[in-house]
Amino acid sequence: MIRILYVWQLPVRLTHWINAICVVVLSVTGIYIGHPFISAGATADFLMGWTRFIHYSFAYLFTFSVLARVIWFVIGNEWASWRMFFPWKSRKGRKNALDFFRYYTFTGSRIPYEVGHNALASMAYAAIFTLFIVQIVSGFALYGQYAPGGFWDSILGPVVTLVGNQTLRLTHHLVMWLLAGFVINHIYSAWLMDMKEMNGTMSSIFGGYKYIDQEEL
Amino acid sequence: MKEEQSSETVVLSEDILQRWEARGVSRRDFIKFCTGVTATLALPISFIPKVAEAIEDNRVPVIWMEFQGCTGDSEALLRANQPTVAEIILDRLSIEYHETIMAAAGHLAEESKHQAMETYRGKYIAVVEGSIPAGDGGVYCTVAGESALNIVRKVCGNAAATIAVGNCATFGGIPAAAPNPTGAISVQKAVPGATVLNLPGCPLNTDNLTATIVHFLTFGKLPATDRLGRPLFAYGKRIHDNCERRSHFDAGQYAEAFGDEGHRKGFCLYKLGCKGPETFHNCPTIRYNEGTSWPVMAGHGCIGCAEPGFWDTMSPFYRRLPQVPGFGVEVTADQLGVGLAVGTAVAFGAHGVVSAFRKGHAFKSDKLVQKDKEE
Ligand code: HEM
Ligand code: HEM
Ligand code: SF4
Repeated sequence: MIRILYVWQLPVRLTHWINAICVVVLSVTGIYIGHPFISAGATADFLMGWTRFIHYSFAYLFTFSVLARVIWFVIGNEWASWRMFFPWKSRKGRKNALDFFRYYTFTGSRIPYEVGHNALASMAYAAIFTLFIVQIVSGFALYGQYAPGGFWDSILGPVVTLVGNQTLRLTHHLVMWLLAGFVINHIYSAWLMDMKEMNGTMSSIFGGYKYIDQEEL
Repeated sequence: MKEEQSSETVVLSEDILQRWEARGVSRRDFIKFCTGVTATLALPISFIPKVAEAIEDNRVPVIWMEFQGCTGDSEALLRANQPTVAEIILDRLSIEYHETIMAAAGHLAEESKHQAMETYRGKYIAVVEGSIPAGDGGVYCTVAGESALNIVRKVCGNAAATIAVGNCATFGGIPAAAPNPTGAISVQKAVPGATVLNLPGCPLNTDNLTATIVHFLTFGKLPATDRLGRPLFAYGKRIHDNCERRSHFDAGQYAEAFGDEGHRKGFCLYKLGCKGPETFHNCPTIRYNEGTSWPVMAGHGCIGCAEPGFWDTMSPFYRRLPQVPGFGVEVTADQLGVGLAVGTAVAFGAHGVVSAFRKGHAFKSDKLVQKDKEE
């Protein structure tokens, strides 16, 4: 029998959409910072100034949102838990990951049935959250350069010294493109699974509910 | 009613002023020098007499060594077009050994170095210009049969303080650029135990060397430094944050090519590869050649010559980002990124088209749907 299950709690959905908006805004403003493709007419304009202001404001929002999600990894329900990041630790997880991989590569036709994230998606999210942290650390380390001895410089200055600020900038820039690649894949997969699993994947990230047939688990 | 402005009275001793006049430095120049150095060091006005006294009383022996460098720092020191006070101060340093400017050569030169090291053990300042090749036992640079590595360990080990001048001595500079054939390293790496102050730059700004020495004379110690051993008074602020073109940066007005309209109007040089946003140096405030100009003022972006990894990470000089390791010079990070994004989109687009027509039902529940449709 199909039951309607509350899977994604509010903090998961809320941080998901805040993160999604932040990634888009940060990417667009970031590209402008790296390559100012529009020129201002008058010196009294503040085009780069505002762009940087928006980048740093959303950077703070993004950081708090990621932080909130990290806390929810620990105190959230079983589908929000950090344990999902390690599907390869259990036999079932490994099998599911393989089945999923085969489904994607057209070498198998069975979609493993799961309530939370599927095994492959979980691993992708582990990578994405790592990239989020890389962006936050490299971003605030570079940001801190405006005030040597200030708050961000005291915390993240050693990162700049260790890695070098140019390498850090290149990293910050390249990770944006990796995130862009993920987003394309992610939205496509969300659509594909919504269509193939028919259990309300797409709407679940808005409302939190999925249609689950307990017998198939 | 206008309030009376309180002003500190600063008095310099008449004796000192007269003695400098006798040496050919006008009081006006001398006062200007003391004030300038005090300001460079970010000290309050009340320190001007102290600075004046300190440079009067002390003569510090200096041993200046040069290894893998281009003598640019010595040149910067000597190239003032008129005898300035700074030069006289540096002359008054008792320079015991400096290959480029000393009269002695060969054994005599070596002799005077050893003598100075003995006589002033623990009291002299060692200045190092150029990097130290540590590869293959240090064979790539020897002076009087001894490797640079040995010399620098001996001389800096017995010094009161060591000042590394120029990017080569402070961070390895151009000799240490990939593939670093001689295994070039900085003074700090060559003599890990020594007190080393770093004055990077290509070349260093002599005003910062003068100020450092005056600080040493006045307070008996080296100035406070940042994480990289650079004095805060000179390297404590980012170029970008003191740049005269900054308002154009914030506005969004950029020179797109050398000689274009924006360039002629003095717009920001960001898009021409300026590294000012990641370089810490006081170039915009003290400038070069008696405060005449500095690169960005002259219309060329900063190339980051005072930073570690200069040359490997600050190049290409006319682009903002370094090269992506493993890819050719012609491929930029953005071309790579756009390629990645387009590749992903095409791959998943194709996957989607195939998937849309794909039959095969995964779940029993799907069959329910199927049944619904049939009914
Ligand atoms: C998903 C998150 C983010 C993305 C996609 C992103 C993207 C970008 C991009 C593409 C640039 C231009 C880099 C260049 O070519 O110079 C940039 C610059 C910058 N970003 Fe971010 N960013 C993100 C998060 C952050 C965060 C959390 C901070 C923290 C304050 C931050 C701070 C900065 C700073 C300071 C710069 C200027 C770097 C410089 O040129 O020195 N970013 N960002
Ligand atoms: C139109 C845009 C988007 C849609 C429709 C969408 C949809 C979804 C769905 C349906 C899930 C649940 C997947 C599952 O069942 O395994 C999910 C999870 C997730 N999405 Fe998105 N997403 C979008 C944009 C983004 C963006 C821009 C990002 C950030 C780069 C992102 C990052 C994530 C992450 C990290 C998760 C895991 C959530 C968690 O456990 O906290 N999504 N998304
Ligand atoms: S010219 Fe260089 S240092 Fe000056 S504002 Fe532009 S980017 Fe910054």
